[in-house]
Amino acid sequence: MRILHSGTAGTLESSDVMITVERNPEKGLIIELESISEARFGNRIREVITDTLKKLQVQDVKVRVQDRSALDCTIRARLTAAVFRAAGIEKYPWEELE
Amino acid sequence: MKLRRTMLYVPGNSAAMVKDAHIYRPDTVMFDLEDSVSYREKDAARFLVYQTLRTLDYEGVETAVRINGLDTPYGRDDIEAMVRARPNIIRIPKTEKAQDVTDVETEIERVERKIGLPIGTIKLFAAIETPLGVLNAREIACSSNRLLGIALGAEDLVTSLRTSRSKDGIELHYARSQVLYAARIAGINAIDTVYSNVQDEEGFIAEVRLIKQLGFDGKSVIQPNQIKLVHRVYTPTEEEIHKALRVLAAIREAESKGSGVIALDGRMVDKPIVERARWTIELAKASGVVPEEVKL
Amino acid sequence: MKLVKNAAGREIPELFPGIGKLEPFQGAYARTPLVRREKGSRTLPRLNKIVDTLEQAILKCGLQDGMTVSFHHHFREGDYVVNMVMDIIANLGIKNLTLASSSLTSCHTPLVEHIRKGVIKRIYTSGLRGVLADEISHGLMDTPVLIHSHGGRARAIETGQLSIDVAFLGVPSCDLYGNANGFSGKSACGSLGYAIVDARHAKKVVLITDNLVDYPNTPFSIDQDLVDYIVIVDAIGDPQGIATGATRMTRDPRELLIAELASQVIVTSGYFEDGFSVQTGSGGAALAVTRFLREKMLERNVKASFALGGITSQIVKMHEEGLIKRILDVQSFDLEAVRSIGENRYHTEIDASYYANPLNKGCVVNKLNVVVLSAMEIDTEFNVNVITGSDGIIRGASGGHSDTAIGSGLSVIVAPLVRGRTPTVIDKVTTVITPGETVDVLVTDHGVAVNPRRPEVLERLKAARLPVYTIEELKKKAEKVTGIPEPLPFGKKIVALVEYRDGTIIDMIREIQP
Repeated sequence: MRILHSGTAGTLESSDVMITVERNPEKGLIIELESISEARFGNRIREVITDTLKKLQVQDVKVRVQDRSALDCTIRARLTAAVFRAAGIEKYPWEELE
Repeated sequence: MKLRRTMLYVPGNSAAMVKDAHIYRPDTVMFDLEDSVSYREKDAARFLVYQTLRTLDYEGVETAVRINGLDTPYGRDDIEAMVRARPNIIRIPKTEKAQDVTDVETEIERVERKIGLPIGTIKLFAAIETPLGVLNAREIACSSNRLLGIALGAEDLVTSLRTSRSKDGIELHYARSQVLYAARIAGINAIDTVYSNVQDEEGFIAEVRLIKQLGFDGKSVIQPNQIKLVHRVYTPTEEEIHKALRVLAAIREAESKGSGVIALDGRMVDKPIVERARWTIELAKASGVVPEEVKL
Repeated sequence: MKLVKNAAGREIPELFPGIGKLEPFQGAYARTPLVRREKGSRTLPRLNKIVDTLEQAILKCGLQDGMTVSFHHHFREGDYVVNMVMDIIANLGIKNLTLASSSLTSCHTPLVEHIRKGVIKRIYTSGLRGVLADEISHGLMDTPVLIHSHGGRARAIETGQLSIDVAFLGVPSCDLYGNANGFSGKSACGSLGYAIVDARHAKKVVLITDNLVDYPNTPFSIDQDLVDYIVIVDAIGDPQGIATGATRMTRDPRELLIAELASQVIVTSGYFEDGFSVQTGSGGAALAVTRFLREKMLERNVKASFALGGITSQIVKMHEEGLIKRILDVQSFDLEAVRSIGENRYHTEIDASYYANPLNKGCVVNKLNVVVLSAMEIDTEFNVNVITGSDGIIRGASGGHSDTAIGSGLSVIVAPLVRGRTPTVIDKVTTVITPGETVDVLVTDHGVAVNPRRPEVLERLKAARLPVYTIEELKKKAEKVTGIPEPLPFGKKIVALVEYRDGTIIDMIREIQP
C-alpha cells in the first residue's frame, strides 16, 4: 500500500492510542513510541505495529504512537485506520484484511 | 430461551468501553457504529469494533452491532466488516419497511457465502424509529427468519411526531403497543427505547415497570448502572416463582403418566400458562433467585 | 535522726531509714520553672508558650545536626508545615537530619533539594508520592527510606526504636498554652490521630497554628502538658488540599460494580450480623462499598457497632441515621467527617497507637470484623502491593493496610482486574506491603477469589452464587487481555526498606533505571 500523506487515527483517551503514519523519506520503518506502559509492554507494542504494517504491506514509514495503555487489538485497529487514511483509500479490501 | 432484558449501547469508537462492556452483565452488548460515531470516525470505529470482536472474549454475553443504514456510504462496509467480526446480531437502524430488512439480509448472506460462514449465522434486530416504521411494524417483524426482535427507538420518533419525551410516556403509547403487537405476532422479542436521563434513577425505574407491564422483553440502556435496575424490575416475586415451579411440576407429572392433559389444583393448564411459567423461571434463574439446576 | 530547716521554716529529717534521702522544700517557685511568678495581677494570665518565629522555636528546642524531626500528614496534599519548617532548618545550616513524617504526599517536592544538600539524610514515612517519590525511586538517597505502616510507626515511637527529638505539629486550632484540636479553624482536618503519638513521645514539641483561640481550647486532642512552644503563621495548609474531595461518591460504573460485588461478599461471608464492625480504605471502589452496605443494613435491620479508620461523609451519614453506633476516627477524609468529629458525641478521635500498634495492650484493628482495602497489585499468594506503581516507581502508601488486614476477621481487597493494560493480579507483586496470609478475599470487576486459607468463606460465597474463581484463574483472565508484562528494569541500589508492622523487614525496593 502506498502512503501518500500523513494519516492519524485514535484518541488520547485512557485505553486508546493515537497513531500517525507518514512517509519515511529514507528506507525502513521508524517507530516513535510514547507510552505509559513502555516499561512493561514497549517491546510488545513495537511488535504489534511491525506485524500489522507487514500484513498491510506498508514499508518505509514513520509511525508516531501516543499510547494511553491501549490493548493490542486497539493498536491494530487504530494503526489500520491511520494507514488507510494516509493512503487515501476508502474502498477497503476486506478479503485481504481477514 | 434467551433473555434480552437489557441491551447495553457501547459507542463503537470508545476504546475504553468497547474492551470489556460485558463485565456489567447486560443480556446483550451492542456496539454502535451509527449515531454515536461522527462521520469522520466511521472508518476508525469500524476497525476498532472489528478488531475487538475478533480478539477479546465477551464470556458468553451476547454481542450485537448497530450498523449504519444501507442508504449511507457506510452501511455496506459495516456489513462486510461485521459479518467477518461475527457478533451474534446485526441491528438495523431506522427500519421502515420489510424491504429494509431483506436488503441487509441479502448483503449479509453475500458475505457469509464469501467467507464460508453457514448462511443464517448472523442474526438480526430491527430498530423502528419513524412513524412509517411504526405503522409497518408488523411486516418488518415478519420479514426475515434471522430476525430475533424489533426495538423501538423513540428519540427521533417523538421529534417526527412533533412532541417530546414525557415522564409517563403517553406520547409513546401507540408506538409501544404497535411494536409489541408486531413482535408477538412474529414470535420475536420486543425491546423498548433508551431512557437518556441517566441521573434520574426513579424516572428510569418507573419507565421500566411500565414497559414490563406492557409486555416488553427488555430495554435498550445507555449506562451500565442502569442494567441492575432493569434486571431487578424483571426479577419475579417469590409468589410468581412458586406458582411457576408448581406448573412445571404438573407438566412433569403429566409427562410421566403419559397424559396429554396437564392439570393443577383441578384446573387445566393450557399452553400460555406453561410458557409464562417457563419465562418466569428463566427470569428467576438469570436473577439468581432460583438455583440453575431447576429443570424446565 | 538529723533534722534540717527548710524554706518554709519547718524542721524535717534529712534522711529516713528505709525511705532514703529527703529533699527539703526550697520555696514555692524554686523547682517549677513554668509557674507564673507575678502574683497579684488581675489581668488574665499572660503566661504562654508562643514564640515569634519558627526559627526561634527551632533554636530553643536545641535542634542539632543528626537529630530526628517529625511531622504528621493530616493536611494531606494541602500541607504547608513540612516544607515551611524544613526550609527554615536548612537556612539555619542544620544538616544530616532524619525526617520522620507519618506520611508524605506530592506537595513535598521541595524536600528533594534538602536531600540533595544534605539537610535530610534519612526518611521514615508511610508513603511517598509525586516528584519526591520519583526522585527517590531513581536513587536520590544513599540510605534507604524506611516505609512503615501506621501501626508500625506508633510501635516504633512507643518502644523508642524511633526516637523523635523535635515534633513539628501543625494544628488547626490552638490556645496560647498548647491545647490543640483539629476540627475547628480554616485549616480544619478533623482527627489529629497521627500527631498525638508524636506529641506524647517527642523530646520537644512545637505546635504550629494559623488559628489562635481563647484558653482553654476544649475539647483538645493535644494536651497543653505535652507542648513546649507554639508558633503562629499565616496558614498551615490549603483547605482545598486538606479535604481533597477524593471521597465523593464515585459514579464510575466499574468502581460501582466492584463495590456492589464487595458488599455482596461481605453480606454472605458470615461476618455481616448485628453489631459487626467495619472499615473502608481509600479509593473509589472501597469507599463506595459503604453505600451498598447501607442498603443491605437497612434491608436486613443490621446495625454496626462501630466504624473505624479514615472516616468519610458516608460513614457520618450512617452514624447520624443510627446504622453505625460509634465512630473511631484516626483520620478524617472529608469536611463532613471534620464537622462530625466536632459535633457528634460518639464520633471519637483515636490516636495511631490505639488504632493499630501491634505491641500495645490492645489496638482497635484487632476488634475489626470487616475491612475493605484497595490494591495496586495482588499476586497468586494474595500478597498485596500498595506502594510501587506498574513502572516500579514509588507512588503510594503503606498506611493502615497491613494493620487492618491482619486485625480484621475478613479482609477484602477491591481492585479492577486490569488498569489500562496493566494486570492487577500477577504472579509476584513488585513490593509486598501486606502478606498474603492476612488477606482473605479479592473482589475485581471480573469476579471474586478467596484465599484457600478461608475455605468456609469460599463455601458461603459459592452457595450465594457469587462469581467465584481461583486467583490463578483471575490472573490468567487478566493476562489474556493484556499479554504478559516484561520485567521492570530495576538497578542494584536499594532505595527503600519496607517494615512490617512488627518492626521486621518484609521487602525492599530497588532503584528503577531510566
